Amino acid sequence: MAETPNRGKEPSRGAKTARSPLKQQANSYIDHHRKVARDSARRLWQAPVASLMTWTVMGVALALPVALMLLLASLEGVSAGWESSARVTAYLAEDVTLEQAETLKQTIGDDSRVAEVELIDRETALDEFRASSGLEDALDYLDGNPLPHTLLVTPGDGSRTASGVQTLLAVVEGMDGVERVQVDLGWLQRLNAMTELLGRAVWALALLLAAAVVLVIGNTVRLSIENRRDEILVAKLVGGTDAFVRRPFLYTGAWFGLGGGVVAWFLLQGSLWWLSGPVERLAGLYRSDFSLSGLTLDGMIALIIAAMLLGWLGAWVAVKRHLDDIEPGEIAGG
Amino acid sequence: MIEFRQVTKRYGSDHTALRQVNFGLERGELAFLTGHSGAGKSTLLKLIMVMERPSAGEVVVGGQVLNRLPRRQVPYIRRHIGVVFQNHQLLFDRSVFDNVAMPLEVMGVPARDIGRRVRAALDKVGLLSKEKMNPLQLSGGEQQRVGIARAVVNKPPVLLADEPTGNLDPQLSSDIMGLFAEFSQVGVTVLIATHDIALINQLDRRTLTLDEGRLVSGGGGLHG
Repeated sequence: MAETPNRGKEPSRGAKTARSPLKQQANSYIDHHRKVARDSARRLWQAPVASLMTWTVMGVALALPVALMLLLASLEGVSAGWESSARVTAYLAEDVTLEQAETLKQTIGDDSRVAEVELIDRETALDEFRASSGLEDALDYLDGNPLPHTLLVTPGDGSRTASGVQTLLAVVEGMDGVERVQVDLGWLQRLNAMTELLGRAVWALALLLAAAVVLVIGNTVRLSIENRRDEILVAKLVGGTDAFVRRPFLYTGAWFGLGGGVVAWFLLQGSLWWLSGPVERLAGLYRSDFSLSGLTLDGMIALIIAAMLLGWLGAWVAVKRHLDDIEPGEIAGG
Repeated sequence: MIEFRQVTKRYGSDHTALRQVNFGLERGELAFLTGHSGAGKSTLLKLIMVMERPSAGEVVVGGQVLNRLPRRQVPYIRRHIGVVFQNHQLLFDRSVFDNVAMPLEVMGVPARDIGRRVRAALDKVGLLSKEKMNPLQLSGGEQQRVGIARAVVNKPPVLLADEPTGNLDPQLSSDIMGLFAEFSQVGVTVLIATHDIALINQLDRRTLTLDEGRLVSGGGGLHG
C-alpha cells in the first residue's frame, strides 16, 4: 500500500521521544504482553469461585502423580540402602579344613569385585547357633558339629547392584570346596520389580492426568472464548492478527496452570505433614530410617512451570479449535 | 484505491450475489452504494474487507490484489480499512475510549500515542467529553459516532460504512454524512452502503447501484 498515509509517518516530537522505531516497537510489544497478562489475571480474580474450582481440579490432578513419584523416590532410596548391604553367604563342603577355608578366603578377597570376606569357622557357627536358636539340648544329642565353615562375602562398590551380586554369586559358586552359595536377593529383586512397575504405572497415570488437565483447561478457555465472542469479532475486524486474538486466552491458560500448580503444592505439603508422623512410626517398627520426602524448591518450581505449560497447552488447544471459527463475516448484515 | 474487475461472487451453486461487477474508486472519492436488500451491497463490502473471496474476477485495494492474499496477511489489509456498521459493533464491557483505542492496540501503537490519537478521533466526532463513559450510556447517534471514531482512529485510507444512518433521524444522519464528506476531503476513500435515497440526493455524489448482483449504474471510474 504505497499511498497509505498512516504508516510510520508520526513526526518525531523532540529528542526525548526520538527512539529507534524498532526499539519502540519492541517496547510496545512487551507493554502489550504485560497488559494482556495483567488483564487475564484480573479476569480470573473477578470470578474467584469459578477460578478456584478450576485451580483445585488442576491441583488434585497434578498432586496425585507427583505424590506417587515422591513415594516412589523414597522407596527407591530404601531399596538402594538395602542393596548395598546385600552379602553373599558361601557354605563350604564338610571336608574342607580350616586351612583350606583360609586359603579360599584369601582367593576370594583378592577379587576386585569383593570388598570384604569374613570367615566363620564351624565351631563359632555352632556356638552362635546354640546361643540364638534355643536348641541347646537338641544339639547336645548330635555326634559332631553338622555345620560347615562359612564365608561371608561383601561385594565391592561396583558390584552392589542386583546383577553385580548375581555375577559374584556365580564366581564364588564355581570355586572348589564351595558347596552352596546363598544370597537373599529374591525379595530385593521383587522390590525392584515392584518399584519399576509402580514407576511405569505412575508415569502412565501422570500422562492421563496431564491429558485431563489439558482438557479441563481447554474447556474452561472455550467458555471464556464464547463469553468474549464480540470482542474477538471486533478485534479481528479492526485487523487483529490471530496471535493478538489468541494471546489473552493463552495467558488465561497459563494463569490457570499457575494456580493449579500452587494448589497442588499445598495439597502435597498438607498430605506430607499429615502422613509423616504415622510413616515414621511404621518405619520405626521396621527399624528403618525410611521417611517421606517432600518437594524440594527446584521440584516446586518445576511443578509450577509444568502446570503453567499444561494450562497454556490446554488454552492453545481450545483456541486452535474455536477461535479460528469466529470470523467477522457473520456480523455484517445481509 | 478500490477497484473491482469483473467480480463475481457465488454462494453455493444456486445463489449468485454479485455478477461481473466493475468499478473503481479514486483516492479521496466519496461514493454511495445502493440497491434493494439482497442486491449484493453487503457482499461487496465483505469482499473489500476480505471477509469473503470472489468466485471470479479481482478485487484490488490500495494496489494489492486481494484474491491471492494469504490468510495471515488479511489482518494487515484490514488495518487500512475503517468500517462503520449500522449496529455499531461497540463493546459494552469497556469505556468509549477503550472502544476507540482497539484498532491502535491491535497495531501495537505505544500507549502514550494511543491516548493522543484516540482523543483526536473523539474530538473529530465531537465526543471528547464522553471518553470515560460506557457506550450504553450514549444515544444511538452518539454510539454511531463512537463507531466512526473507531473506524478512523488509525487514519485508514479507506472507509466503508454499512447503513451508517439506518436508525438515526434526518438531522443526525446529515451530521454523520458531513463527517464522511470531511474525511474524503483529506484523501480518504469513502464508500457508503445505504438505501436512504434522501441522503444520497442531499450529497449529490457518485452512486453505485446494484440490482440482483449487477452494477446497473455508477460503474466505471479508474482508467475509464
